[in-house]
Amino acid sequence: MSEKAAVASKSFFTPFNVVAGIIVIIGLILTALRFTGGLAAVTNLSDYNPWGIWIGFDLLVGVALAAGGYVTSASVYLFGMKRYHSAVRAAILTGFLGYALVVLALHYDVGRPWRLPYPFIIQQGTTSVLFEVAACVALYLTVLFLEFSPAALEWLGMEKLRNLITRLTLVLTIFGVILSTLHQSSLGALFLIAPSKLHPLWYSPYLPVFFFVTSVIAGLSMVIFESTLSHRYFGDKMDENHIREKDQIALGFGKAASYVLAGYFAIKVIGVSAGNHWHLLGTSYGLWFLVELFGFVALPCFLYAVGVRDKNLRLIRWTAVIAVLGIILNRFNVCLIAFNWHLPSSERYFPHWMEIGISVFIVTIGVILYRFIVTRMPILYEHPEYSDSH
Amino acid sequence: MDGTFYTLQEFMTYTEDVTYILIVAILLGMLGFWIFLVERDEN
Repeated sequence: MSEKAAVASKSFFTPFNVVAGIIVIIGLILTALRFTGGLAAVTNLSDYNPWGIWIGFDLLVGVALAAGGYVTSASVYLFGMKRYHSAVRAAILTGFLGYALVVLALHYDVGRPWRLPYPFIIQQGTTSVLFEVAACVALYLTVLFLEFSPAALEWLGMEKLRNLITRLTLVLTIFGVILSTLHQSSLGALFLIAPSKLHPLWYSPYLPVFFFVTSVIAGLSMVIFESTLSHRYFGDKMDENHIREKDQIALGFGKAASYVLAGYFAIKVIGVSAGNHWHLLGTSYGLWFLVELFGFVALPCFLYAVGVRDKNLRLIRWTAVIAVLGIILNRFNVCLIAFNWHLPSSERYFPHWMEIGISVFIVTIGVILYRFIVTRMPILYEHPEYSDSH
Repeated sequence: MDGTFYTLQEFMTYTEDVTYILIVAILLGMLGFWIFLVERDEN
């Protein structure tokens, strides 16, 4: 082996590539098992528990954590907070990949994935909340693709098309906010039809409001979290503008997240009061509810506030991790843990290891795509030929 | 109130009473929290 080939071989077998490669190979095998053997071959889903972690994690968590796209673009283009402009492209990319992977995960979860387009072409089912979710996710994925495309077109050198799409930025941002408001809340509304299945502490007529407000928290926290990771692993790709603005983004988004978390804590307490569920707080489910409310809502709210007051960026970045974990816990609670809470433990759902494997596979695909795009396209820096043109 | 409701009217009266008091407390609390959050901004 020549010296050049040895260097190329060494650079290819990095720890990231090896781990990601193993996960992708296992994921492809599990994919083959899923689509040849059906859902029963790889999942613990049943008639009692038709929604497992492919919905609870891949879809509900995926959509919530992808909210950074509409939150950031609305801040910059609708509310005029231009000082956060450098966060837009990374947030849009995270959102675009998040939604694309949600759609990919849906192909695994639905029994007959080739029927996914049916709501649009065969039977509209306009009275179903799921129709609204499907329509909004499909439209918003298109919007995110268009919002992301200027970076890809700059990379490809397609200036005319890039300039044309850039002119649509404001319209696309408004579409994005409208569509996100609709489907983020509708994902909560899905559970309104199961008041007897969801534990009263999590069930509320305000579930759509809870889901929408938490999506804003998830979006703000994910931008801080993703910005921290990008700076650590792709710091060499960032231009001066991005490096200068990243602290300001953490402070500004941390402050916003703190206040939204305070509001969310308040409406959750009002939800308990409106249902007169105070007596349930002393039960085991009640204690778990309090863990979520105080450990993953009140605590990050307070820590964000202290971090912003003291300009403690390290605290803000760690708090973003707690807030993101809180969103994951909340979606798991609503979709899995507090759902079918009255069933005997023998009938309760616990994911099959292959379900977890597919979820890890899908997240890994997202990380690989993010890495591929960020290392090639102008996401964390401004393309020299288009600086100050957007 | 012994915790037993016989009519929807009783339930709504009790829960709305408590909720309205909570809302006033929350509005004052949110104002205080906002001051706590931004009071060092000028510095």
